[in-house]
Amino acid sequence: MIALSDFLILGALLFSLSVAGIFINRKNIIILLMCIELMLLAVNLNFIAFSHYSGDIAGQVFVFFILTVAAAEAAIGLAILVVLFRNKHTINVAELNKLKG
Amino acid sequence: MTFEVSNMVLALPEMFMLAMACVILLAVAFLGKQGANAAYGLSQLTLAITAILIYQSLGETGLTFDGTYVKDAFSDVLKMAICLINIAVLLYSTTYLKARDLFKGEYYVLAIFSTLGMMIMVSAAHFLTIYLGLELMSLCMYAMVAMHRDSFIATEAAMKYFILGALASGMLLYGMSIIYGVTGNLSIATVAEVVQAGGLDNTVLSFGIVFLVIGIGFKMGAVPFHMWLPDVYQGAPTAVTLFIAAAPKVAAFAMAIRLLVEGLGDAQLYWQDMLIMLSVLSMIIGNVVAIAQTNIKRMLAYSTISHIGFILLGLISGSPEGYAASMFYALVYSLMSMGGFGMIILLSRQGFEADNIDDYKGLSKRNPWYALMMLILMFSMAGIPPLIGFYAKLTVIKSIVDVNLISIAIVAVLMSVIGAFYYLRIIKVMYFDTPEQHQALEAPIDMRLMISANALAVLMLGIFPGSLLALCASVFPL
Repeated sequence: MIALSDFLILGALLFSLSVAGIFINRKNIIILLMCIELMLLAVNLNFIAFSHYSGDIAGQVFVFFILTVAAAEAAIGLAILVVLFRNKHTINVAELNKLKG
Repeated sequence: MTFEVSNMVLALPEMFMLAMACVILLAVAFLGKQGANAAYGLSQLTLAITAILIYQSLGETGLTFDGTYVKDAFSDVLKMAICLINIAVLLYSTTYLKARDLFKGEYYVLAIFSTLGMMIMVSAAHFLTIYLGLELMSLCMYAMVAMHRDSFIATEAAMKYFILGALASGMLLYGMSIIYGVTGNLSIATVAEVVQAGGLDNTVLSFGIVFLVIGIGFKMGAVPFHMWLPDVYQGAPTAVTLFIAAAPKVAAFAMAIRLLVEGLGDAQLYWQDMLIMLSVLSMIIGNVVAIAQTNIKRMLAYSTISHIGFILLGLISGSPEGYAASMFYALVYSLMSMGGFGMIILLSRQGFEADNIDDYKGLSKRNPWYALMMLILMFSMAGIPPLIGFYAKLTVIKSIVDVNLISIAIVAVLMSVIGAFYYLRIIKVMYFDTPEQHQALEAPIDMRLMISANALAVLMLGIFPGSLLALCASVFPL
């Protein structure tokens, strides 16, 4: 039997990985977008685990909505990425440095 | 689940706005290049009719959609304010878009959908509704920032905004999932009951609250989660900056009230200290860094950060007077920032953005009337009586003093004195420097009338602040 805490620890690990990925990564914006997806999946895992162990279905419904919104978010993120690449000819995070101060 | 027809009436303004947003989308798709004018007219009509619908249904309250949507006095007042603010915002931004090559229907479609998201956020009674409203608002705004596709800085700002906004949503959701795990509920009212009944694991509850506060801090732009705000304000086209600066802050404030006050009011112990940190840091960093700016959009971004610090003060006090003071501040802030960015649009023209402080040199000699309007707006932001910004600062500081947090009140007063410096610098540049350019204003008459009305409203509300104060107080019964 897998305990609730096991799911929560996995969720927390995935979440920390994704936050670390966003802050440490200086090279590639696509990796940033992947980290954001990973973050939402970690949250989904949390919701499903809580929902399953408390016998309340609302958490699982929430997950469907998060998945849908994540898809829309990825679409907008990639669209902005394409526009950015057309202007700068690079997707290097370190070169997003025109705005400072 | 029962689904009564009478329940739908409570959400009539949102439904009307959604239907009209789809109509505008179709109009833009079918009319092509001519669609922009139609989209502009229809958007203004939609906002005006929505405001009227909300006004007509004032006083009706209730929960609907299976307890996920609430209509109460708080949501009515804020939704009406959001609609009215956005009417003025669209008027200003149309002047800007028409002068550039950006006058397209997409801007209005996104603006109306974004407004719908704000209204859903304000009316949320469930974590799911808050999340969906927030995302609808934010996703539209990311696209709006990237609207000027050939601009280097606009696309860079859009990317930064997107990454940090998505990060904030992730944080907020993680907090929601923890709160869901602790309380076993997603409905805000039920969460409040469970928290009030006590007996929860307080460590886990406070762990969830930390993430909620981080998410709210990101969305409002409080230090240390403010990194995106100056970049986005400076990089986005001024028309979009104006949109982002005004109504979304009111919606973010409503989200904070719904989550922290209505949902977790009895866990105030856990979020109060965090908000004190956010608020004090925002006031200090916002005001001090603003002094060093030469770009007026960036300066107003830091001024926004400091205003957010003041808005949070009322929440910290934890009293109904404090919440009312915060709400008053949030509304006044939107009115002032709308005027400030509107003024930048008024002075700009094709090929000249008027976003450097030097561009305001000698404005009083070129356009004495608009220099006076700018003077009113800047004095009001600095909090100088008898303008409305003074009463906003006064009421939040009073609410903090009432709960004996004197040291924070002292920081707030000191910081508003420091803040006065950079507002006064603009006034000095306008009135005492010699003009560098002599080109006449190109803005159309409706823009000129609106900006004058906006600045005079700041003055009139400052002389007679009673009715707006009473309105805010009536929303939070003792």
